[in-house]
Amino acid sequence: MKKIYLDYAATTPVDPRVVKAMLPYFSQKFGNTMSLHQFGREQAEVVEKSRKIIADFIGAKNPEEIIFTSSATESNNLALKGLAFANRFKKKNHLIVSRIEHDCVLESSHWLKSQGFEIDYLSVDRDGFVDLSELKKLIKKNTLLVSVIHGNNEIGTMQDIEAIGKICQEKNVYFHTDASQSYGKIEIDVNKMNIDLLTASSHKVYGPKGVGILYVKKGVLIEPILHGGGHENKLRSSTVNVPGIVGFAKATEILKKEGKKENKKLSKMRDYLINKLRKSIKKTRLNGHPIKRLSNNINMSFFGAEGESLVLELDSQGVMVSTGSACSSKTLVPSHVLLAIGLKPQEAHGSLRISLGRFTKKTDINYAIKQIINTVKKIRKISIFSYE
Amino acid sequence: MSNTFYTEETIEHFRHPHNFGEIKSPDGYGEAGNIICGDIMSLYLKIRESKNKEIISDVKFRTYGCAAAIATSSVVTDLVKGKTIEEALKISKNNIVKTLKGLPPIKIHCSILAIDALSEALFQYLKKHKRKIPPELKKKHEHVEKEKKSIDERYRHWQLRK
Repeated sequence: MKKIYLDYAATTPVDPRVVKAMLPYFSQKFGNTMSLHQFGREQAEVVEKSRKIIADFIGAKNPEEIIFTSSATESNNLALKGLAFANRFKKKNHLIVSRIEHDCVLESSHWLKSQGFEIDYLSVDRDGFVDLSELKKLIKKNTLLVSVIHGNNEIGTMQDIEAIGKICQEKNVYFHTDASQSYGKIEIDVNKMNIDLLTASSHKVYGPKGVGILYVKKGVLIEPILHGGGHENKLRSSTVNVPGIVGFAKATEILKKEGKKENKKLSKMRDYLINKLRKSIKKTRLNGHPIKRLSNNINMSFFGAEGESLVLELDSQGVMVSTGSACSSKTLVPSHVLLAIGLKPQEAHGSLRISLGRFTKKTDINYAIKQIINTVKKIRKISIFSYE
Repeated sequence: MSNTFYTEETIEHFRHPHNFGEIKSPDGYGEAGNIICGDIMSLYLKIRESKNKEIISDVKFRTYGCAAAIATSSVVTDLVKGKTIEEALKISKNNIVKTLKGLPPIKIHCSILAIDALSEALFQYLKKHKRKIPPELKKKHEHVEKEKKSIDERYRHWQLRK
């Protein structure tokens, strides 16, 4: 049985070159970065080297602006809560987040609301772009932060980050972006784009799980969430995950060298897949912007077919993808992203997210296309809704 | 974290559902939907008299929904086929869950949906023939009607295959 993984937006396999770079840091070079002796110093050095590689990759001027964390979830929590609590006595208690953020941003904002902060949610249009004029209107005297996801994890839409950054700059509010999906997919320059805080994650770019970063521009003050030994410039205590960080840096070096070519290849395969499915299956909808989208993301609704059924049937055929259907979630509510772009619940229920990656071959795509066509046909045959 | 995924039996029924399709001019037709999850199911009954008993001689379904909704639909058709009306009225969601050797807790409502569709089909048949409707069936019908109203609003733009 074939096994075709098309869920790279969920996570990626670790690149063998990354594994090779990490291996010495488990048993041979294992010291604690806080130790004064040579084993400790050796670790601190390699962490600083890694910090520089990642800082350079996003155009950060000072490596100290990079804080290593355990995940994008932690980075996003630290960005919102850390900034909010550092400013809570300065009469800046209003945050604006988009309606299509990842759950970790939304849930953090809900929690901050419960702690007395004021939150506004920024709408998006049918393609998933935030409304810039609404953003300008929402910014008030007491606005502290605007947080907008760069490349959306579900529908793939890439925001015009520079335009949002410019508005935030002019209005003198901080700007955070969750770049977990876009890191390595498009060039990021935190200074050019007026980004004050940025989140990225290692396991989305062929690095290991358990490592993320939060970029915090020099001069932007945040409160730590984890208190302890004072690691990461006292902003994130915890024994430093050296092999993970080395892996993230190596994954970043590969992106720097090969990313451009890889993204070109991915977007070509992406468009091929979208066109084939649209031609072969009636009553479909491409979710997200057709061009301004992540190079590897496809999100389509197939009317009359429910997403969880599609995913499970495709899984039986060896094709692994994901869905925004309510039935696949723990809450039985369809994806908030699909609802935010104006999809009716029944359209959101019938969505599939197909995400390609470094190891996807053209033959895999052709096999997947064939299986998706058959599966939609099969599920629609059982369905009460007729779309033949 | 136990029981969060489907049993082999559920996957088997989902992938190879029994009795899907429709019956032209059915003796009983029922429709039920769960607004929260977005599952909608329809059930068709053919009823024949044999030795003074009314037997469900054929049954078909069409379902829009997740794997659990399709599997529970398939099971309920198996359970009622060949049964008398009295026997069919006694089938409960527990019979369905048992046949599937369990469902994830969050999917139990799918088995209720299947029972609702069956009850609706039986209700319609009894009503059509001006028969006495058991109070419990009447109560179920009223509940389903109420739920359906909200679904109609939500799925207004959809073309039902009736």
